[in-house]
Amino acid sequence: MPEQSSSSETTPSPLVTALQREHPEWIAEVIYAFGETTIVVPREHLVAACSFLKTWPEGQFNFLADLCGADRGVEEEPRFEVNYHLFSTTKYHRIRLKVVLNEEDTHVPSVTGVWRTANWHERETYDLFGVIFDGHPDLRRILLPDDWQGHALRKDFPLRGYEPYSLK
Amino acid sequence: MGLENVIAEALPEVLTTRLDSLINWARKSSLWPATFGLACCAIEMMNATTSRNDLARFGAEVFRASPRQADVMIVSGRVSRKMAPVLRRIYDQMPEPKWVISMGACATSGGVFDNYAIVQGVDKIVPVDVYIPGCPPRPEMLIHAVMMLQYKVMKESVRDRKDIPEEEAREAVVPGTLPVTDGSTARQNTLPESRPYTIASRHERRRSS
Amino acid sequence: MSSVTIPPQFEIVDQPLDTQMTISMGPQHPSTHGVLRLELVLDGEMVVKTTPDIGYLHTGMEKLFEYKKYQQGIVITDRMDYLNPLGNNLAYVMAGEKLLGLEIPERAQVIRVLMCELQRIGSHLVWLGTHALDIGAMTVFFYCFREREKILNLIEAASGGRLTPSYFRIGGLMMDLPAGFEHRCKQFLDHFPKSVDEFHTLLSGNRIFQRRTQGIGKISAEDAIDWGLSGPCLRGSGINLDIRRANPYSGYENYDFEVPTEPDGDVWARYMVRMREMKESHKIATQALARLQPGPVKADAPKVVLPDREAMKSHMDALIHHFLIVAEGFDVPAGEVYHPIEASKGELGVYIKSDGGPKPSRVHFRGPSFVNLSALPMMAEGEMVADIVAIIGSLDVVLGEIDR
Repeated sequence: MPEQSSSSETTPSPLVTALQREHPEWIAEVIYAFGETTIVVPREHLVAACSFLKTWPEGQFNFLADLCGADRGVEEEPRFEVNYHLFSTTKYHRIRLKVVLNEEDTHVPSVTGVWRTANWHERETYDLFGVIFDGHPDLRRILLPDDWQGHALRKDFPLRGYEPYSLK
Repeated sequence: MGLENVIAEALPEVLTTRLDSLINWARKSSLWPATFGLACCAIEMMNATTSRNDLARFGAEVFRASPRQADVMIVSGRVSRKMAPVLRRIYDQMPEPKWVISMGACATSGGVFDNYAIVQGVDKIVPVDVYIPGCPPRPEMLIHAVMMLQYKVMKESVRDRKDIPEEEAREAVVPGTLPVTDGSTARQNTLPESRPYTIASRHERRRSS
Repeated sequence: MSSVTIPPQFEIVDQPLDTQMTISMGPQHPSTHGVLRLELVLDGEMVVKTTPDIGYLHTGMEKLFEYKKYQQGIVITDRMDYLNPLGNNLAYVMAGEKLLGLEIPERAQVIRVLMCELQRIGSHLVWLGTHALDIGAMTVFFYCFREREKILNLIEAASGGRLTPSYFRIGGLMMDLPAGFEHRCKQFLDHFPKSVDEFHTLLSGNRIFQRRTQGIGKISAEDAIDWGLSGPCLRGSGINLDIRRANPYSGYENYDFEVPTEPDGDVWARYMVRMREMKESHKIATQALARLQPGPVKADAPKVVLPDREAMKSHMDALIHHFLIVAEGFDVPAGEVYHPIEASKGELGVYIKSDGGPKPSRVHFRGPSFVNLSALPMMAEGEMVADIVAIIGSLDVVLGEIDR
């Protein structure tokens, strides 16, 4: 179960404490589990937090390893989340940033200005979940056919799709 | 003292045979595949052409990149919905006579992937002559399939296969439309009832005797 | 002056023709290493703009994982990067073990390292064969696949499958290595460095190969990190980053190997990095083979790991556990993990989010080829059309991993 940093027996990492000192409004929640650190960031501070973490001497997170969306379930509120897995090629540490979204308002600012590799990852998340990244240079479908209706990895999209394939 | 001289001494000067036998013998001995490797089965197809299992000994000498120069299309790998019109278009571009080998479980029936993205069997798109099960099938299985196809080719008749008229083929490649023909090519491929459609493998014949 | 009326669409215009042409290097192409489509805008022979169009092999694997128990999902991971299936297996299985907090026995870890390094050699052999084939050197293709057959024999002896082994399980291995495996593996490893030298004599001194690869497809170190490249593509630009050294897993910190890097960032640099990596993998595999000690190959977690078949047939509790694991699966604690490994193509990361049940809620594979391919426009613009093939070959893309 996710634990709040104040009540856990694991020591909070020095990185997170330093970040909390500098910009406490960026951290909505911190989760330590399975040896990994997850910071839930409010949507409006995402780009600022990312660019800060990229250049901050304690962080130096210059490598965006992965950007993936997740659907918590049709009944959950907030429903969608977008995870950013950051890695530092100089310090070899990793951290995860998470942005949670409601079903009605699935807009997230794009981080392609911070790491250019986010381009294709965000297109994939848009394609499979319907999360719209504001400021993305070229947001269109990447894996599914261009005229596909629906977003395939949402929990309410059936596994077998809506109709079998036919040439007609 | 070449082989021809030995044969010329043993056989009469004029040989008679059926036209079908001669043409089918030529066709089956030089079945050139079109490269249609999609996924993991493509790697096993590559393994079947390399030195350990050499597919070239059976006539599949070169894999032609252009479908206009190919005889058999070995669909090896899973066919996604985005790829399906492309598959049909390549099949339509191949001139008659043409055959299709569906290699692997994914091409035969969708395989492990029973979901929204994969066409459940490539025979929904093109008429298939030989199906190969396996995930992925061993290269020896692909060689067996090519040999089965060769038996099948020998039993056909030249009259069964006519070239598709140009308009029909060209209509299939108009961009923006799904390449649908009216099924005439599929109808051409059915053999009459008197010829067996499936060829029992050698194992089964041995077991039943 | 002429009485012929020309229809309006064929009007004669007094302007020079546009020199740019958009063509589609289409999904069915012998050199795109799978079903990749590139939209190339060409100015004569020079590439002005290229846009990769992927998705022709999209299999919906990530959705399939949500409907399968954890153990059943291992089979699907094989088909993702089909040249490195043991690597995919390992990433998925280790992420599951991280969630469950399992302790893997020593022998299982050593065998995992051994099989992964053999698989890495196999994957690089296919890369070399197809890359050289695209550039025009056909002999190398046959030589590489001849070596690869020996590796496939070994993997088939251990797991039963040549290309889709599914050898690892959450908690260890499927079963122990067969008798005689170590001897055969040693035979292969003893003779392998000479094969790599043979490939060098065929390609590295060849002036045609050098002219086709040196200076082509350059990418600088900062751009490489910004675009998220990893693996040999990153190391070919001079960055010394290897997940086996940065975030070691499965006992890699105990092995002695170098991480080859080359400073140039072009196709030749990536070629040299992979050739040297084959020798380093051989070194690691030899050390792993020497370190093999008898011991268990499955973790001590009866609710997660299937019992041995002998125990299952004779003991009641083993039978019950076997039945429950197979029929209902095991419950994995809720939470999320991201576990990266160094696959043959780069950083393969698995993100598993669990709700506490027997099936995961979300599984995402960060495929290294997906990210490496996104840097293709950067590398290819300004090059000639004939170089596109060399660049794609040097990126070592596998479409199964890109499209998932």
